[in-house]
Amino acid sequence: MTAADRPGNDAPPAIRIEGVTKSFGGVPAVDGVSLDIARGEFFCLVGASGSGKTTLLRLIAGFEAPDRGRILIDGEDMMGKPPYARPVNMMFQSYALFPHLSVADNVAFGLEEERRPRAEIRDRVAAALDLFDMGGFAARKPHQLSGGQRQRVALARALVKKPKILLLDEPLAALDKKLRERAQLELVALRERVGITFVMVTHDQEEAMSMATRIALMRDGALCQVGAPRDLYDRPQSRFAADFFGAANLFEGRLTASATGARVECREAQATLAVSGGDHQGGDVSVMVRPEQIAVSRENPGQANVLAGPLANIVFLGNSYVCHVALESGKAVQARLSPVDMARLGPLAAGDRVYLSWPPAAARVLTS
Amino acid sequence: MTMAAGPARGLRRAILGSTGLWLVAFTLTPFLIVLAISLTGPRLGTPPFTPLFDWGEGFWPRFNGTLGNYVTVASDPLYVAAFVSSVRIAATSALITLLIAYPMAYAIARARESVRLPLLMLVILPFWTSFLIRTYAWTGLLNSNGLINTLLIKLGLISQPLTLLHTEFAVHLGIVYSYLPFMVLPIYAVLERLDWTLLEAAQDLGARPFAAFRRVTLPLSLPGVVAGWLLVFIPALGEFIIPDLLGGSDTLMLGHVLWTEFFSNHDWPLASALAVVLLVMVLVPSVLAYRVLRRAEVTS
Repeated sequence: MTAADRPGNDAPPAIRIEGVTKSFGGVPAVDGVSLDIARGEFFCLVGASGSGKTTLLRLIAGFEAPDRGRILIDGEDMMGKPPYARPVNMMFQSYALFPHLSVADNVAFGLEEERRPRAEIRDRVAAALDLFDMGGFAARKPHQLSGGQRQRVALARALVKKPKILLLDEPLAALDKKLRERAQLELVALRERVGITFVMVTHDQEEAMSMATRIALMRDGALCQVGAPRDLYDRPQSRFAADFFGAANLFEGRLTASATGARVECREAQATLAVSGGDHQGGDVSVMVRPEQIAVSRENPGQANVLAGPLANIVFLGNSYVCHVALESGKAVQARLSPVDMARLGPLAAGDRVYLSWPPAAARVLTS
Repeated sequence: MTMAAGPARGLRRAILGSTGLWLVAFTLTPFLIVLAISLTGPRLGTPPFTPLFDWGEGFWPRFNGTLGNYVTVASDPLYVAAFVSSVRIAATSALITLLIAYPMAYAIARARESVRLPLLMLVILPFWTSFLIRTYAWTGLLNSNGLINTLLIKLGLISQPLTLLHTEFAVHLGIVYSYLPFMVLPIYAVLERLDWTLLEAAQDLGARPFAAFRRVTLPLSLPGVVAGWLLVFIPALGEFIIPDLLGGSDTLMLGHVLWTEFFSNHDWPLASALAVVLLVMVLVPSVLAYRVLRRAEVTS
């Protein structure tokens, strides 16, 4: 948790979204969203396409007006404020660099609109370009730059105005994989250096988890879960969240509490699964176990939560192996093993009977 | 070059060759004939100009050409005035056309996709009637006892009919009316392809809507404006029918002067010289515009 997450901050949050709803042609794109984003956060909005994450970003930027609810930036109501009057700047997915202007003129655009003195504009543009190692490209036109260079010019153009909040709409989507990984680290480092609030939209859950201080998962225009990356991965509150962040094994069942702890009668696994924690209500639930929490063995380890079945196949991923095991009920379970664990098991072939097990604390009960 | 692309290359050559042949037969040859005639002198008879070459006693023919017609064109106040007023009328009409066409093209480009095509069809619709008839129809509207004057008198706004027909105003009106689609279409074509997120980016960087238009939309639509300007200015410069039908005796335009020299005065050489000068005047802005378009194309 960062300092920004701690309650009791007197200053208003960088962004406060209060019950915001926005529909397009009667179809809600953002539906009753309330959210506080603290100063200095690297906040990620994630979700599938059509989940409303980009609309929410555009509402903050002022390109769309909410049908209901309001948005406050630094405590100030943004109602009726057009994009050019908001203390935010946006980096567009397509970068939206002006093709007829040079790199320097692109970066100077916002300062010229502020009617800054000529000398100040020149200095700040030069400083912004230097920050991104683009000083040597000031006279180039955008079409003469590579994708990565364009991305850096777009960042320089958005940051040169010293906004309170930088909005990033899929800022890395147009880069190839290698460049993207480097740009992720650069963005995180950049946020620490400039110290302002970043709000980023992405559809890539790994990108969100590796970069964000907090993540809001969106689904059908509503917030599904908000929390730190570890929270969303280790303690998802819904099947959707569990499935969205990484791989998950889900077992449907009926929760019963007993003196020895909570148990889930699971027809799919033809077993009773032990789960930790006693604050569960009875009823239909799902038990989620991450593949890397599941141990694979040839002998029955003789503990709680043991399932057995023939090995369907092994997928080699370079840094790990994924074993797919078919239970008698037909339910497929996957376990992720490190190369070390795999070597310890010895040679395995499809059809070999194996035992899967996990400690009760590794399982998570999902009620929705 | 390889022989592998033989048949395709043959087809390419045939297409390029036929285009070249067409240009030589119907553009270059007539121009050279006009250029040759412009260097001769007038005479009564057939043809009504003196021969450019004399086959005298020597081996080589004697060249009889003279630049006298060009001197006349450049020095006679009538022709100079005709050139000046042609450029003025063509330029102001093209400017008025631009001021009307740009908002139209912008509105169509920003309209819902389903209504864009119908709106464009409405712009093109007048072309389905003959240009001559449409121009002639304006005389009926602009006459002193025409529709407009009758209406204004009936409404009590004026007591005497206004002189609308046979004025420079009518000529401007005719040019703007006839050439409007030529300005709308190229501007629309550019605006329709414009990336509107660029405008959002401009607003995000602090530009009010008009500043965003001036600094982003307008420069990026310049190729369409230049193309539209050329498509209106060039034909308007040599326009004959509109000033003939709607203009007055004091409306001097080159097309009309040229026609008079050719058909009334039978001075083919002078008419040819006028035509050559007109062509050069058209070429200069075309080349300049071509450069602007080339530069714009490189950046987009």
